[in-house]
Amino acid sequence: MSNYPDENGRFGSYGGRYVAETLMPPILALEAAYKDVRNDPSFWADFDRFAKHYVGRPSPLYFAERLTEHGKGAKIYLKREDLNHTGAHKINNVLGQLLLAKRMGKKRIIAETGAGQHGVATATLAARLGMDCIVFMGAVDIERQKPNVFRMKLLGAEVRSVTSGTSTLKDAMNDALRDWVTHASETFYCIGTVAGPHPYPEMVRDFQAIIGRETKAQILKAENRLPDAVVACIGGGSNAMGIFHEFIDDKKVRLIGVEAAGRGVDTDEHAASLTGGAPGILHGNRTYLLQDEHGQINDAHSVSAGLDYPGIGPEHSYLHEIGRAEYVSCTDAEAVSAFQLCTKLEGIIPALESAHAIPRTLNLASKLGEHGLIIMNMSGRGDKDVNTIANLMGVEI
Amino acid sequence: MTHRIEKTFAHLNAATQSGFVAYIMGGDPDHEASLELMKALPSAGVDIIELGMPFTDPAADGPVIELAGLRALKSGTTVRSVLDMAVAFRKGNDTTPIILMGYANPIHHMGYASFATATKDAGVDGAIIVDLPPEEDGELRTAFEKHGLALIRLATPTTDDARLPKVIAGTKGFVYYVSALGITGAAKGENVAISEAVTRIRTASGLPVVVGFGVKTPAQASEVARSADAVVVGSAIVDKFHKEGKDAALDLVQKLSAATLKPNSNGK
Ligand SMILES: Cc1ncc(COP(=O)(O)O)c(C=O)c1O
Repeated sequence: MSNYPDENGRFGSYGGRYVAETLMPPILALEAAYKDVRNDPSFWADFDRFAKHYVGRPSPLYFAERLTEHGKGAKIYLKREDLNHTGAHKINNVLGQLLLAKRMGKKRIIAETGAGQHGVATATLAARLGMDCIVFMGAVDIERQKPNVFRMKLLGAEVRSVTSGTSTLKDAMNDALRDWVTHASETFYCIGTVAGPHPYPEMVRDFQAIIGRETKAQILKAENRLPDAVVACIGGGSNAMGIFHEFIDDKKVRLIGVEAAGRGVDTDEHAASLTGGAPGILHGNRTYLLQDEHGQINDAHSVSAGLDYPGIGPEHSYLHEIGRAEYVSCTDAEAVSAFQLCTKLEGIIPALESAHAIPRTLNLASKLGEHGLIIMNMSGRGDKDVNTIANLMGVEI
Repeated sequence: MTHRIEKTFAHLNAATQSGFVAYIMGGDPDHEASLELMKALPSAGVDIIELGMPFTDPAADGPVIELAGLRALKSGTTVRSVLDMAVAFRKGNDTTPIILMGYANPIHHMGYASFATATKDAGVDGAIIVDLPPEEDGELRTAFEKHGLALIRLATPTTDDARLPKVIAGTKGFVYYVSALGITGAAKGENVAISEAVTRIRTASGLPVVVGFGVKTPAQASEVARSADAVVVGSAIVDKFHKEGKDAALDLVQKLSAATLKPNSNGK
């Protein structure tokens, strides 16, 4: 399997460890601890046991017959991460990180969250493992993801409202980093995507890679061949990296990431870092960022809180640069109608994040024709988004 | 240029006084007002000026400096306009060292080599880039060395003996000891720990050790001055300037500076 990042956490020129000196020792300690468990079968035995009996893995690979009919072309399969405990792929990563935190003897867990899915997953496993949990969440996101905020509180987590900057995911991450700097010795920072300083992009990818490993085995069983393309939505890029990783060396499999185009990539209101950004340094890594001509970070916009982030994991920047993966985008309006389409056709309410992948999957299906085979990562379920959708439809619930 | 920094420390009599470093945010609330404050700092007892370059996402700063940065950005502050402050300042002062303080992205965006040239041309002496630890600052360090500029490193309470050599290798001018775990404006560290760390870092680096983070009052400055070669105050000055204006800020600066005289000395 492709052999990066290097020992400095570099994916080509992306990645690295751009943090204040105060955080270097904790980051190096985390890297060492992760190296230890990475080759420790007993760690992975724990991971697999929880993945099976607690998360409910393996998640099904489901042939979406009616979406396929609608696309008038390639067969479309959905990798059902929406069926995981807590409703999204996020829990795979949290499981790995909190088992690691436990081994490191850390009992105070902090996390940032946008849609609240990562926050809920972290609060859930913290409850299960008997750890304290503080979740940083932008005030704007708290407003648009109320059900998840309440879930986190029920699970015993403290939700800290972040009002700095634009009060969304990037600011929640700033505040989590500030907390970590202040309480580094007793705290484990559980980052929710494949971004942040090394070793996070690698570690989170490795914990999410279970998605792609299962997918490959499942599609070979179902279709006796590899897919033509794997499609996933991209916020920071963890569900995409998770399903891509296993296929990177299968050069014939197209890897397609769908960024949030918000009101359009030619407007100021989108979250498509690769399509509309430039390389820069934020939150510990060098990667593509939405920024102005002075290197100040621009606000991201997406109807979906989980994609509303001005950066992207450094490995995606690298895959983009070397041309191994393709990155396209999907607007708010397209995602909202795909949300409704998928719900009606398949009886599956997708997360608004995942819904971004649907229109590009359907386009590709018609292009590939009936002999084509596409797998889309259904990264999460949309129960958390019904309020948002009802608002958009002008319906009161 | 490092020679201004060296001269400054040579002139401070180590037995009787420690230096005083004031941090202000460039462009807060706008270019003119912050330049006026900057120009008045040396005669209020400031030995070294740390000039902040604003960034939208200052993850190592507390709310006081974050908000100052956002005000500065709102008034149109850029890396270039902060450097212009230094140019204007140098017209009346060629001795007080100016150290830029900021985050990597705006200067990465400008290009490290262009930034180094512009920094040198503006009469600035060095920079502290918070999110460029030794592992990541090689490119900027090389660009700075070409111009004799000091890239100043941070040592912190988490920088143990194993890591210290890495932090001080190639550092110039002085070492900045972050005395408290946390962000700017947080609580100050323990005095005993500060004194031990300063001695350890000074011995290892052979450079002056400047101590900051969490120092807010003259009493605290006086405590830290017992061991440090210079004391840095940032958030307290920025806050005073924002809430009460220039005269109040300079009054605080004078008191802080006076407090850095060591006991038994008779004047600065
Ligand atoms: C269901 C779902 N999918 C996708 C994302 C985006 O994150 P990532 O790109 O890391 O998978 C989120 C983030 O909250 C999410 O909740």
